[in-house]
Amino acid sequence: MMKTKNKEYTQWGERRQSRMFTRGLHLDIPLLLSIIILSAVGLAILYSASGQNDAIIARQLTRLALAFTVMFIVAQIPPHHIQFWAPWAFGGGLILLAAVLLIGEEGKGAQRWLDLGFFRFQPSEIMKLAVPVMVAWYLADNPMPPTLKNLFIACLLIIVPVFLIAKQPDLGTSILIASSGVFVLLLSGIRWKHIAVFMALIATSAPLLWFNLHTYQKARVMTFLNPENDPLGAGYHIIQSKIAIGSGGTYGKGWLNGTQSHLEFLPERTTDFIFSVFSEEFGFIGIVCLLALYLFIVVRGLYIATQAQSTFSRLLGGSLILTFFVYTFVNIGMVSGLLPVVGLPLPLISYGGTSMVTMMAGFGVLMSIHTHRRLLSN
Amino acid sequence: MARLRIKDHIRESRTFNERAAIALALVIIMIFVILARLVYLQIISHEHFSTLAEDNRVSIVPIPPTRGLIYDRNGIILAQNLPAFSLEIVPERVSDMDQTITAIGELIEISDDHLKRFNKQLQQKSAFRSIPLRTHLNDVEVARFAANRHRFPGVEIEARLVRDYPYSHLTAHVIGYVGRINVKELKRIDAANYSATHHIGKLGIEKFYEDSLHGTVGFKNIETNVVGRTIRTLERTPPLPGNDLHLTLDIQLQQVADQALGKHRGAAIAIDPRSGEVLAMVSKPSYDPNPFVVGISSKSYRALQDDIDKPLFNRALRGQYPPGSTIKPFVGLAGLENNIVTADKRTFCQGWFSLKGDDHKYRDWKIRGHGTTTLEKAIIESCDVYFYDMSLHLGIDAMSDYLSHFGLGKKTGIDLPGELSGILPSSHWKRQKKGLPWYTGETLISGIGQGYNLTTPLQLASATATLAKRGLYSRPHLVKTSGSNLNSELAPVMFDQEDRHKIATDEHWEYMIEAMVKTVHSIHGTARSISKGIPFRIAGKTGTAQVFGIKQDEKYVKEDIAERLRDHALFIAFAPADNPEIAIAVIVENGGSGGSVAAPVARKIIDQYMASKQSP
Repeated sequence: MMKTKNKEYTQWGERRQSRMFTRGLHLDIPLLLSIIILSAVGLAILYSASGQNDAIIARQLTRLALAFTVMFIVAQIPPHHIQFWAPWAFGGGLILLAAVLLIGEEGKGAQRWLDLGFFRFQPSEIMKLAVPVMVAWYLADNPMPPTLKNLFIACLLIIVPVFLIAKQPDLGTSILIASSGVFVLLLSGIRWKHIAVFMALIATSAPLLWFNLHTYQKARVMTFLNPENDPLGAGYHIIQSKIAIGSGGTYGKGWLNGTQSHLEFLPERTTDFIFSVFSEEFGFIGIVCLLALYLFIVVRGLYIATQAQSTFSRLLGGSLILTFFVYTFVNIGMVSGLLPVVGLPLPLISYGGTSMVTMMAGFGVLMSIHTHRRLLSN
Repeated sequence: MARLRIKDHIRESRTFNERAAIALALVIIMIFVILARLVYLQIISHEHFSTLAEDNRVSIVPIPPTRGLIYDRNGIILAQNLPAFSLEIVPERVSDMDQTITAIGELIEISDDHLKRFNKQLQQKSAFRSIPLRTHLNDVEVARFAANRHRFPGVEIEARLVRDYPYSHLTAHVIGYVGRINVKELKRIDAANYSATHHIGKLGIEKFYEDSLHGTVGFKNIETNVVGRTIRTLERTPPLPGNDLHLTLDIQLQQVADQALGKHRGAAIAIDPRSGEVLAMVSKPSYDPNPFVVGISSKSYRALQDDIDKPLFNRALRGQYPPGSTIKPFVGLAGLENNIVTADKRTFCQGWFSLKGDDHKYRDWKIRGHGTTTLEKAIIESCDVYFYDMSLHLGIDAMSDYLSHFGLGKKTGIDLPGELSGILPSSHWKRQKKGLPWYTGETLISGIGQGYNLTTPLQLASATATLAKRGLYSRPHLVKTSGSNLNSELAPVMFDQEDRHKIATDEHWEYMIEAMVKTVHSIHGTARSISKGIPFRIAGKTGTAQVFGIKQDEKYVKEDIAERLRDHALFIAFAPADNPEIAIAVIVENGGSGGSVAAPVARKIIDQYMASKQSP
């Protein structure tokens, strides 16, 4: 072991030294660079979408600075520390979720916020990380693939918080958290037989879920199925978004030249519908580049997960990066009319605070997994 | 055991890699699904969506209608729209905003308030929309900026129409004013029709005729370029201007009434009894309505509100005063019609009256009494004892029923908002409002217009007009005609009339009016001071309303009582007595006696009316 290491060192001494430096900071350069590029693209498109509003850009920059700081701090925490604190974080998150339902503040018809006096926050943000961490923690203690009993308990660990969040009601977040938990299960290597049963269960429970949806959630699904039915009401978002994307064409109208967004036809253009502004101004070519960037991040994340040295790190890393992709897919799917409008931001590009910080904390975890490897094995 | 674990670890890792590979494959498939969708939207359907986007570049801009003008009965303008200048900045055309504002500040005064409002809008509005920095520039400021305009690209002076009331204080209580639409009004109005309007009638005629004055909003379809700047107007639906209103008010008569009241607090109303047209309506003191249009400063507003003379209070419409002796002609008719008294019935007045079994003295204003008194003498000299005696026999409910024919205790229904109804007491009213039985003593003081009785000056004028026309009731109103200034046709605004002549016999009408004529024209009449040098006959009745209760056996000495506790002076009159054209009610707060303070005001109004009739 020592021998090979020394050999490597002498052969790649130069390169290794710089890697040692970033490893000392626990940062993964390819991931970090791609995230920075994506954030920069986000700022540029936000500048256009906000009607060249400097104040909004300044606020977004502040949030980005905060998010990068959080990512850097999380990256310093070795994975086994995260593993140790998993049940506490999960338990605490559950209590806060229950508290939101009982004493939370309402905003836009939903109860999501908890006011701690000095600041307000959404406990569901904690659960975005706590659920995959908890499920990975639970499964990693036992040999893989998990037994049916372990699988059942893992499912409970997912369903309880998802139910509490869906109750708020916050459909978008609950779907994301459910998928982050399910990704851990799937990556843990559960048998295909079980997956098939699981799929069948979801298919049969779908009608049940429909009847438990809120009226506005049903309306969104109906609008998704036929947006032209309600052009001035709920369908307006989707119709205007499709016009923006479609009119962009192959090359786009150019930065700052999107008519849909600038003439304020497009609603929520700085937040959920910012992808439409991007599509209008940069066209199909721009989208191919953007998706390539997202794909690069996903590939890098999956690579980090496969290189991880403990089951816990592997499962967690894999789940986090796949959830990031689900975020991207659902957002683009909804603004382009492929999926119903569930209200999820486009990661690293949409204007908005809390979810960006959580996302960057997730990247921090990935970087921690990658940069603490050798130290852990030593 | 250890071997098993290592084996597990390797197998787990392999399984994970397998699953990760499947996941990656799925991710790539999903990315291709998205790409396929975008190929459909951006390449295949591009032209379709481009057309839709083009359509979106045409937007609808509302155009505000011009508010209708308000004229007096002779076509003199009372409310108009004047252009006012504001300084506006288009942010995207200004390279250094701070420096520009500092430079402008050297030419034109810009307060912190203006700057704060400007910066707030700067954050909210798009860079190509103009934002006002200062409003209501005066001519000097406009000229000073115009001379330096070349230094400020992107800074423009814009002209907007602002409501203006040239007669200011004189018409404030009648016309009211317009002000910025507030949240409450926003809920009530038709949002589409007011989409370009910033002001709405807040008081007076401006409020009552808001719908008529406002007009209908117009629209233009404008084509904008990629940043939203207007390229050209495609289609224009012009706004329909609001209707002009021609009032019944005679501004010259209004001026005379205002001057006649002088520095007194009070109200004077003149009505044409033949139609109910209000010729003059003055409430003193008044205020300048113009600052309210542009937004009065809170300091100035507080000063108006805290003013002890209450200039914002519309006394003509909302002031409720005891009618005092001005109620006597009406109560007298009630006595005649209910056969309580006859024209010849005599009562001896010894200066006070008392009820059986009660030693309380109901005093007459004349300490030594009027002696033997008929109804006519009781009107001319305003004898209280005669009316105490008559009211006692008439009873409060019969009195109340009869007086209601003259509209007392009810809103007149004039075309102004905020009118109050006054109080016409009855035993039923007292039981309902106070939960107490009616006492006989209260009937006596009601008979001379004191006690619970309250009337507004407008009510009193309307009742006088009805009396003048021998029972012809015409609802008082201020608007004569209303019409758009585009077509010359002016639609007359109709108001109801009701013939109540039957409430008294011809004989009794003439008897009472004759008594009122003698109040002015006979040697003992309480209003004899105004009779000099008139070629026609005026019928009138003085009144004095107590503000301050005097104790038993105490004398009312005007000089001893603080000015604000003195009696209110009242006077009602109409002229010419035989064929009345003008009916008047005057109230002078704390004026003392009706004959010496209120009656001369009425005389000046009547003189002006007659004079203007001779030289139209």
